[in-house]
Parts: sequence; structure tokens; C-alpha cells
Amino acid sequence: MSDAPIRDSRPGANLSVPNAAALDKAADVEGRSLWQDAFRRLQANRAAMISAIVLIVMAFVCFVGPVLVPWSYEEIDWDILEATPPNFDTGHYLGTDSLGRDLLARILQGGQVSFLVGILATSVALVIGVTVGATAGFMGGRVDQVLMRFVDVMYAVPLMFFIIILMVVFGRNFYLMFLAIGFVEWLTMSRIVRGQTLTLKNKEFIEAARASGGSTASIIARHIIPNVLGVVIVYVTLTIPQVILLESFLSFLGLGVQPPMTSWGALIAEGAQEMEITPRTLILPAVCLSTTLFCFNFLGDGLRDALDPKDR
Amino acid sequence: MTSVLEIDKLTVSFSTPDGAVEAVTDVSLSVEAGECLGLVGESGSGKSQTFMAAMGLLADNATANGHIRLDSMDLLSASEKKLNTVRGERIAMIFQDPMTSLTPHMKIGRQLAEVLIEHQGVDKETGRRRSREMLDRVHIPEAERRLDMYPHELSGGLRQRVMIAMALMCEPEVIIADEPTTALDVTVQAQILDLLTEVKDDLGAAIVLITHDLGVVAGLADRVAVMYAGRIVEQGTVADIFAAPTHPYTQGLLACTPRLDVETEALVTIAGQPPNLQNLPSGCSFHPRCPHVFDRCKAERPSLENLSNGQAKACFRAAQEAAE
Amino acid sequence: MWAYFTRRLFIAIPTLWVVITVAFFLMRLAPGGPFDQEAPLPPEIMANLKAAYGLDQPLWWQYVNYLGNLLQGDFGPSFKYKDFSVTELIGQGFPVSIQNGAAALFIAVLIGIPLGAMAALRQNSGADHAAMTVAMTGIVIPNFVVGPLLALIFGIWLRDTMFALPVAGWNNGALPNRILPVICLALPFIAYIARITRASLIETLRTNYVRTARAKGLPFRMVVLRHAFKSAMIPVVTYLGPATVFLLTGSMVIETIFGLPGIGRYFVQGALNRDYTLVMGVTILAASLVIFLNLLVDMAYAWLDPKVRYE
Ligand SMILES: Nc1ncnc2c1ncn2[C@@H]1O[C@H](COP(=O)(O)OP(=O)(O)OP(=O)(O)O)[C@@H](O)[C@H]1O
Ligand SMILES: [Mg+2]
Repeated sequence: MSDAPIRDSRPGANLSVPNAAALDKAADVEGRSLWQDAFRRLQANRAAMISAIVLIVMAFVCFVGPVLVPWSYEEIDWDILEATPPNFDTGHYLGTDSLGRDLLARILQGGQVSFLVGILATSVALVIGVTVGATAGFMGGRVDQVLMRFVDVMYAVPLMFFIIILMVVFGRNFYLMFLAIGFVEWLTMSRIVRGQTLTLKNKEFIEAARASGGSTASIIARHIIPNVLGVVIVYVTLTIPQVILLESFLSFLGLGVQPPMTSWGALIAEGAQEMEITPRTLILPAVCLSTTLFCFNFLGDGLRDALDPKDR
Repeated sequence: MTSVLEIDKLTVSFSTPDGAVEAVTDVSLSVEAGECLGLVGESGSGKSQTFMAAMGLLADNATANGHIRLDSMDLLSASEKKLNTVRGERIAMIFQDPMTSLTPHMKIGRQLAEVLIEHQGVDKETGRRRSREMLDRVHIPEAERRLDMYPHELSGGLRQRVMIAMALMCEPEVIIADEPTTALDVTVQAQILDLLTEVKDDLGAAIVLITHDLGVVAGLADRVAVMYAGRIVEQGTVADIFAAPTHPYTQGLLACTPRLDVETEALVTIAGQPPNLQNLPSGCSFHPRCPHVFDRCKAERPSLENLSNGQAKACFRAAQEAAE
Repeated sequence: MWAYFTRRLFIAIPTLWVVITVAFFLMRLAPGGPFDQEAPLPPEIMANLKAAYGLDQPLWWQYVNYLGNLLQGDFGPSFKYKDFSVTELIGQGFPVSIQNGAAALFIAVLIGIPLGAMAALRQNSGADHAAMTVAMTGIVIPNFVVGPLLALIFGIWLRDTMFALPVAGWNNGALPNRILPVICLALPFIAYIARITRASLIETLRTNYVRTARAKGLPFRMVVLRHAFKSAMIPVVTYLGPATVFLLTGSMVIETIFGLPGIGRYFVQGALNRDYTLVMGVTILAASLVIFLNLLVDMAYAWLDPKVRYE
């Protein structure tokens, strides 16, 4: 696989090469990997690094935590049956909701849903978006026109309504939700990938591959996709929070994850009912969701700055 | 002889995330009324930034030191407000890229007239009339109709004429033309140069002509300054420099310009790469590319020294020869 | 200009048709009908119901019928609100939603553009960083978190103070009832518009033509307002297209939270109750709205960028 760095074609964009020490050997400049540079810049970005750590910790806690919590998310504590404040004797470390279910266990379960949706739906969007975008960009002509026109039309449609219709029609299925969300989020991805592909298409190394008889499919797979990777990574990091948001939105309206399973959006909706007595049931899931969204956004911005030297 | 614009030990550096970049170092230049000074050098040698500093148009990350005097006024230390009283009125600049240098959503007439309205307080009618006259003067056909056009409706050559007209609106004392022909095709280039010659003869203004084409300089300029890696390496009258260039870089440039009396698209090709400003070679910046390099060039930087005939050059070899 | 507009219109109409068709067949594909209830209805009653709503006809006939009725502005009967037609429900709900949406958009433009412009002109200052952090917060924290929190603060914690605001109901559009929903709807827009304005103005200020304007000796204020601002507004105007979509989904949230009788709430209720005709009606309305607003955006575009006019 070629590990050729993405070269910026803008005039002057590569002019100021970072790190004076590395410049001592001028020959080094060309061979140095974009990825090393980017990683170093990312490490220097404190907000992005903290966000990455917070996200890893949160994901870890959400998936491992339930083992350590004495209650499960669906279990009703028949001794309580109402919202109570945190109590270490009963093992409800964050208290219970109005049905006497353990709030901590439910928040952790909601987190699992969010992270799962984030990853699965984004993967769906990624696969469709990259395939469509790379195909359109590389093939050009008719194919490009038809695909991009289709994307334009999709943009002009309020897709949220269609996700909801799908949820209504197919009965609010958990996995269908991933698919439906992924089907909506690929549009922007395809445009970005197409744009990148177009600029890469005529670069020499692609020409070389074509000249040596590579098939279209293998050129896309071996040359274009690896080179588009940087932009895609940035966009994926920014798509995950959108997807998480979408799921929470649906669950908030009662159209997403169904009881007894729960998600942060559903917990916020429940909390809103109870907020007069126990504001905690609203505030805790709200804080978890907001923190996650914040961290993904900071991380995405950080990655973009790290991979795109233009805005430094 | 008094110079209208005088640049004295100008240094411009940019702070970037990867450290400071010194784009202009210790540059001193002056132009007199009615004179045309040519400034030549490779791309990135700091020609534009020198005069951006004079116009107060440096980027936010720039720091400039030294003095730039327009008569008695120091442009470098002047406030934005004070600068605005002279920019467009007494000193005007024609920019490198006519395609993007006009505001796309404003009609040509309005863009021209606003200079007069701002500086001379004329009314809209007068502004429009004089804009049309100016378009006539720079030989734009159907001037009246062009006033109501948007920039994208004009060709590159016409847009550059509009830029020139705009610079001339207030009949400034100093006109800086930054590569006025680079973006245009060859026939149009010649027309624009003719126009500039005309302007110089009519107006008696001091003109600074920035270019990397020595052919252009030969046709228009009285004096030349040659820049390399942010410094002036040679300076003198066109006649002297073309007859007897002494800096090896100037010699190289001249060797690449086949005919001096004909405008040609000279491709400046001197062996080696232009230097990286963040990592300049030791001693003389030009030494890695210099055919006559000797030990001293690598260790020590030659300073710009005046010769008897008013020529000046920064080169040990030249200095040696002169001393002999 | 007109050619440009008509061409856009020719794209808009097929798009709307596709939306209607896809929505219609998706709805009819659904397993289980709108009359499925906990306790199944006796078959005869079921058949009567289906006949009454035309569901016993062949599918293509239902489709043609539906399209025909649509052209006359008839969205059919609501399956759940038995006494109302969908047209009536929309007629009630649409003004509520549109008023809130327009108010939110208006506030967002009024606050967001100056905020973003100020941040751009003081780039990297403390004020800039503060404004952009607030904007990021506004964008990242969703409506359905902000809404209940606002309700918690103004409806419960400040209940007995002069800042108390009603947190539920429309009350025939009384001003206090509108405040929280509109704020909640406007916050993310303010944030987006501020961010877009900032980025775009910064970019415009770096263009060559702004440099030319400065070289002319114009006062900076005039450089910004006359030469930079109009071009800088292009991305903001472009954003107003997607903003309508946001507005529509936002209305689902705030109308649910604050109990407002708008189309967003009808849509959510319809979706939860499998009220097919209602859901389709609102979807079609929303799609038309989005398409119509995109047309408006295109027009504005042509005004901002003379190049577009002559294409
Ligand atoms: N804002 C900035 N930040 C960092 N470096 C800059 C900035 N502006 C200009 N430079 C650098 O200053 C150097 C001199 O630029 P300048 O525009 O004066 O070159 P020039 O001689 O006019 O070249 P050209 O013939 O291409 O116009 C260049 O290397 C450029 O990269
Ligand atoms: Mg230049």
C-alpha cells in the first residue's frame, strides 16, 4: 500500500514546513510522513487530547461498569418503587428513577447504546459515502452526474421525517435504527470524498498505476481510498456525535430505543417528567450526553487542524 | 534630487507556528518623482512584502522594523487612520492578480468612483464622470457601458486596466505596480506595459515596478534593484546593470533573458533551488547556487557596498574585483 | 435570472413527487395497520373501517386517489383524531410552528450575524474565544437537553420570582408562553450563524479585493461593510436552506417539551400512534417547505453573487 502523504496542491501550502530541527536535512522534508506530523500536532492540542482520554474512559466505564454495579438497568427494586437519592447501603450509587430502577445502571446502559450507535451507524455512512464518493469522483462523466444529482436531491429532502417513517413502519427495531441513521449521514461524506478524489485523480502516481494497467477498482481501492483517509478520519470523528445526537433525539421522542432498554435521550425524556421532584434524573444523563458530544467535537476539530496544515 | 518614497533598513518578519520567517531583511530603497524603479527577484524573494509594508497591508502575523518615508511621513509607524489619508490618494498599488483583486459584487463604476468620493469628497455624478474619463484614459473601449458591469464580465486584460485606472484616480505621487503583467497573456502584457510607460510620461509620478522579468525592467525602468532571499544584492541604473552586472545572481538572471529590447516571457532558470527562508544558508544566501563561490562566501555575509558609479552590490567577488 | 429560477423550479417539482411517492408506499408497506389495537377489533368492524378509509381499494388506486386529493389540498382523514381531517390538523398546527420558527430564525440572524462579525474582527481576542466557546456550547448541547433545563430553571426553580415563565401550553399564543420555546429553538441557530459568519468573514477579509479596498484608503468600517460583508453572507444564506430542516426537527422537540399544538407535535403523535395520513401529510408539507425555502435561498444567492445571475 502506498503510504504517500497527502500533498497539498494549494500554492504555498507546503511552504512552511514545521519543525526547524527536522529541516536540517532538507532531504528529510519530502520523505517525512504526514501522519507523524499530524500526530505530533494533535498531541500538542490539549483540548483534543483531553477529549480523547475522556471518551476512552467513558466508553470503558459504560461497557465494563455494569459488571460492578449491583443492579441491572431493567431490574426494579421492589423495596423502593420511587425516585430516591443516592444510597450506598442499597447499592443505588446514583439513586433510582420513578420506578425504582437503578439510575447508574441505566445511564451506563444508555451510554452503551450511544457508543454503539455512534460506531455502527457511522460505519454504515462511511461505507456508503466512500463508495459513492470515490466512484463518482473517479469515474466522472455520466456516473458522477447521476450520483451527485441524487445526493443533491436527497439534501433537499427533510430526511429526519423519513427516518421516523421508517421507524414507524418497521416497528422501531434497534438495528434498523442504525441502518436508517447511517443511510442519512452518508451524503456529506460522499461529497467530501468525491472532492478529494477529483483532486487526487490526476496526480502522477495514479497516472502511473493506470499506465501500468491497474483496473479501475484496484486503483480506487489501492490508491484513492488510502489517500482520502485523512479527510475521512476527520469527518468520521465529526459524524459520530451527529449520529449519537440523532439516536438520542429519536429516543427522546419515544421513537428510538424501546423499554426496558434505554438510552440517554430516553433517560432525558423520563427525567424531564420527574424534574420537579428529582432534577438529578434529568441533569445526569444530560451531562453525560453533552460531555460526549463536546469531546467528539473537540477531537474532530483537533484532528482537522492536525491533518490540514492550512489553518494552523 | 529628493526622493518621494524612501525605504530605510526595512525588515519584515512573519511569526508562524513553526518559527519566525524573515521575508525582508535590511532593505533600503528610494524612488524619485518621475523615476521608475524596477525591483526584480525570484518568487518568494520578498518583493511584494517590501511594498505591502509601505501600504500598511502586511498580514496580521507580520512585524516590520525600519522606516518608510513618504516625504516626511513615516508610513510604518502611522496609524491606520493616518495611512488612509495617503493610501489611494498619494500612494497607490496595482496588484499581482487582476482576476481576484476587484470586488465581485460591486459595479466597476462604483469601485472607481469611491476612491474620489473618499479622498476628494466629490459627489456621485462627478465621481462617475471622472471614472469614465479615467477608463478612457487607460484605453478601455466603451467606457460608459463598462461602468455598469461587474468584474467577472471583463477579461483579465481589461480588469488590469481597471486596476490601473483605479490607482490613477487621484493622480498619486507614487505608484507601485506589483507584477502587473504576470497573470496576463503575452499580447496583453505588451499593451499593459505600453500603458504604464504612458502613465509614467504623463503623470510624472514615481513608479515602482515589481517583476521577475528583466525584459520588462529594460523597457520601462530607470534604475533596478535585485532582490535575493529578502535582501537587495545589487542596485544601479538600468544601463549600468545591463551592461555590467557584477553580482553572479544578476548575471544569472540576465543570462536567462535572451533579448533585452523585446518583451519576452523570460523563464528564470538558475541552477539549484530558491532558498528556504526558515533555513537560510550560512554566509551569502546565494552561495550554494553561485558558480564563483569561494570559502569566504560560506562563512561571512557580504554587505551591500556602493561603487563609484552609484551602483551597489553585495558580493565578495565583486568587491574584490573593484578593489583590484 | 428567471431562466435560472425556472430551472430550479423544474428540479423542485420532481423532488416533491418523489418524496410523496416514497412516503406513500413506505406507509402502505408497513406490517400491521393503523387500527391494530391491544384488543383486536372484530373482523366486520375492521372491514368497515378499512372501507371507510378506502384501504380496501387496490394500492395503485389508493395512490392515484391520494395524489388527486393532494392537488386539491386534501390530505385525507386522520386515522386517529377521528373527527378531524389531516388538512384541518395541519391548518391548526402550521401557524403555530411557522410563527415559532420564523421568530427563532429572526432572532438568530439578528444576534448571530453581529456576534460572528464581531468575533471575526477581533480574531483570536478574548472576546472572540469567549463568543466561539459559547457558540460551540450552543451547537453541541441539543434542544431536548436545553428545553427541559430551561423549563426546570424558569418553571420550577424561579417559579416564585419575577422571572417565572410558563413552561407548558400555547395559551393562544400569549407572549410569555412563546418565550422559552423560541429561545430554545433559536439557540443553536444563533450559534451556527455566528460561527459561519465568523469563518466566512475572516476568509473574505483575506481576499485580494479586500486588500484592494484597503489600498484605496477607505476607512476599515467601509471596507468591511461595503466590500467584505456581502460576499461573507453567501455561506450564511446557504445555511438557511438546511436551517429549515433543523427548524422542522426542532419544532418536534420543543412542541413536545412545551406542549404546543404545532405540526411537529402532531407528527410525533402521529408516528407514535401510526396515524399514517397525518404523518404523510406533515412529511409532505415539510418537504414542500424545505424545497420552497431552498428556492428562496437560490434567489438570494443570485443577488449576492452577480456571477450566478448570468449563468
Ligand atoms: N502571512 C505570511 N506568513 C508567513 N509567511 C509569509 C506571509 N506572507 C508572505 N510570506 C512569505 O514571505 C516571503 C516573501 O513573499 P513575497 O510575496 O514578498 O514574495 P515575492 O517576491 O513577491 O514573490 P512573487 O514573485 O511570487 O510574488 C514568501 O516566502 C512568503 O511565503
Ligand atoms: Mg509578489
